[in-house]
Amino acid sequence: METKVLNTNNLPFCKGCGHHGISQNTAKAIENMGLNILDVIFVTDIGCHGIIDKSLNAHTVHGLHGRSVALGAGVSMGLPENKKVIVFIGDGGATIGLQHILEAARLNVNLTVIIHNNFLYGMTGGQLSGLTPKGFNTVITPNGSPFGEHDICELVYTAGANYVSRVIGIGDFSETIQKALETPGFSLIEVMEICPSYGVKFNPKRKLQEIVEAANKPIKTWTNNRAPFSFPERKTVNNLFDKTPVIEKLNVEKNLTKQIQVVLSGSAGEGVQLAATILCKAAVKHGYNITQKGTYPVTVGVGFSVAEINISPNEIYFHGLSNPEYMIITSQDGYEYSKKTIQTLNKDALLFIDQSLPTPDTNAHIITMDFRGKGAKNAVLSALFSFAKKTNIISTETLKSILSEMNMLEKFPLAEIEKELA
Amino acid sequence: MNTIQKEVILDDSRVIMEALAQAGADTYIGYPITPSNAMYLYASIRYKYMLPAPDEISTLQYMSGMAATGHLPVTATSFPGFALMVESINMAYMMELPMIIILTQRLGPATGTATAGAQGDIALLRGMISGGHPIPVVCPATIEDCWDLSAKALQMAVDLRCPVIILSSKERANTNRNFDISKLPPIKPIERKYYQSNEPFIPYKYNDTLVPDFLPVSNNQHQVRLTASTHDQKGIIQHTSDEAMKNTIRLEKKVNQYIDTHNDYNHINNHADTLVVSYGITANAAEEAVLTLNNQGKKIDLLIVKTLLPIASKINDIIHSYKKVVFAEDNINGQYAKIIFGDRLPNHVSFVGAIGKMLSPKEIIEGGKF
Ligand code: SF4
Repeated sequence: METKVLNTNNLPFCKGCGHHGISQNTAKAIENMGLNILDVIFVTDIGCHGIIDKSLNAHTVHGLHGRSVALGAGVSMGLPENKKVIVFIGDGGATIGLQHILEAARLNVNLTVIIHNNFLYGMTGGQLSGLTPKGFNTVITPNGSPFGEHDICELVYTAGANYVSRVIGIGDFSETIQKALETPGFSLIEVMEICPSYGVKFNPKRKLQEIVEAANKPIKTWTNNRAPFSFPERKTVNNLFDKTPVIEKLNVEKNLTKQIQVVLSGSAGEGVQLAATILCKAAVKHGYNITQKGTYPVTVGVGFSVAEINISPNEIYFHGLSNPEYMIITSQDGYEYSKKTIQTLNKDALLFIDQSLPTPDTNAHIITMDFRGKGAKNAVLSALFSFAKKTNIISTETLKSILSEMNMLEKFPLAEIEKELA
Repeated sequence: MNTIQKEVILDDSRVIMEALAQAGADTYIGYPITPSNAMYLYASIRYKYMLPAPDEISTLQYMSGMAATGHLPVTATSFPGFALMVESINMAYMMELPMIIILTQRLGPATGTATAGAQGDIALLRGMISGGHPIPVVCPATIEDCWDLSAKALQMAVDLRCPVIILSSKERANTNRNFDISKLPPIKPIERKYYQSNEPFIPYKYNDTLVPDFLPVSNNQHQVRLTASTHDQKGIIQHTSDEAMKNTIRLEKKVNQYIDTHNDYNHINNHADTLVVSYGITANAAEEAVLTLNNQGKKIDLLIVKTLLPIASKINDIIHSYKKVVFAEDNINGQYAKIIFGDRLPNHVSFVGAIGKMLSPKEIIEGGKF
């Protein structure tokens, strides 16, 4: 008989399969609730239950093995609350996608999951899943599964689902399904059933009730009362470019005629990347093009922190570092990391190095100063002032104006540095 | 268009995320993986719906669900996450759901080095759909590309009802540069056209474009079926029926047909005999190399491929018209060269590569033996 939900009475399952009962009871619950059938979306998993799609009048989405709860969660997140998303999944799919189920419960996504738990993978020939009770016979464990099984209801309840129920899949359990569908947030029903083709074949003397009791799986309902899923509230912007300050160019001559590379090499937490940003801003103010990138170990809070900068009066194509013209080394970490590069510097290269560090073996011209004496956090910035003074690529005035724009002048020992550079 | 100069410092990640948002992408779901985490951060302040997913399989499943209901989702990842997504991208491809996956390449194999750049995933992209079906891949090489190609990629995803990949690399996605953003014209949001007739809706029925009309699941006029399994036009699972096989073949054709009329490249053509081919980050070095060679009086042409996969007929025609072809890629096996010319490169084709560092113009000039 055709119903509002099912377009056939001839469901595509083996005779006596518990899946018949789940489809019929779900159909009955939807009809009793008076739902518009096109407000219902079925998301089905891989397995015998998944071939129900063609028999349904609702929207159907048929995905991958084990992933249907995540897929259904996505469908639900995209829809208003009055839509009902129902996921059909087997015990095999529930095992594969256990994390998806727990996540959907934790997020309390507006979703009803119905697990067709017949203790085995039916479609592939009767193998055991993570929900197969210990002692249950399957094709690969003819003397009973030696493993324990998940209590999926307890897991999902603990994860925060609003409605969880375990039922025996015989007779009328449509009211339980209706309750689940009516509960806002995440609901899950574990329907215990038997697969006549493989379950009965391998466990001929056992009855469903007895298997469930022996597995110590109580037939009961668990409830929570948590707010259903909604997307997190955040501070948002209308345009990501609003967060990038416009840099006014100065009307000054460019002293640089070709692309140069500057490396700032220091320690994490000592303002290397900030100093790099300030240098780049200054260079752009002076009309140059720049590229800037940072390198640090995987743990960002310790060890070296290096910034690689290109400055050019022309368009910059390649920005990879080969042989920098200028290097600023302010700490032992930076020194160790850049040792090799220091050794290969050309003789016209300039190396600014803190006086606490060893004098490196290099052809480059070395300028040793007490950068760290201005405080570790100011070391690279102080070195930038020396760099500006020595090279004239940018001016110390420009550095000062950027520090003032960024409200950094107060904490910066400018007078001392200027005295030293004079 | 704003003509007042607006010089700012930004990275490709910001430009791609803004372009996609302006083009109409409203959802970002993802997992913060290096070197794509800047995009994750930008999405968290820009996208209407933003959700952290516990892993990349969940990411693609949530995105597919959102896409099925009419949203336009975006994610950004790199190889370790992308590998987890492959089955689910196949699902979205078969269901015909529009979405954008940004793949920021880093050094492999496996977790490799998260903070070193690479162009090592092209061979994977070429074969990632079971059956060898093509998935569109676009590859920006400049800030302007990040703007135009990202918007076009979203339009492509909608027009084709297909996941589209934007391919970047750590060395572009995480490098700041100065740029005058007044050069980026505002992007018009994509207008989505849904099935409108009162005739029954057949979810995978198609016309000349080979793309079926779209209707979100949950619309209350017509039943919608989506499936990742082999299916007929009604979306009913089939074994290998004629109608289902026609549908599977159509999926290949619809992408190839579209890419042959919608593709981007930059061909610097001085009618030389020699062509340098490159894409993405390496295209920057290749451009510098070719300019240097030309300045030295050596006539060399350059092709920067932007619609990387599938390879448009026009791009194939250009590459096959040269006497000598040199590929420049940040990998050690010439992945793109081999996609075009096969595993044993013909004598007139060579390849210059690098690993663990950016391929430099000098290496291209020396390696290309011009
Ligand atoms: S094999 Fe088992 S689970 Fe599958 S339809 Fe038949 S009885 Fe049901």
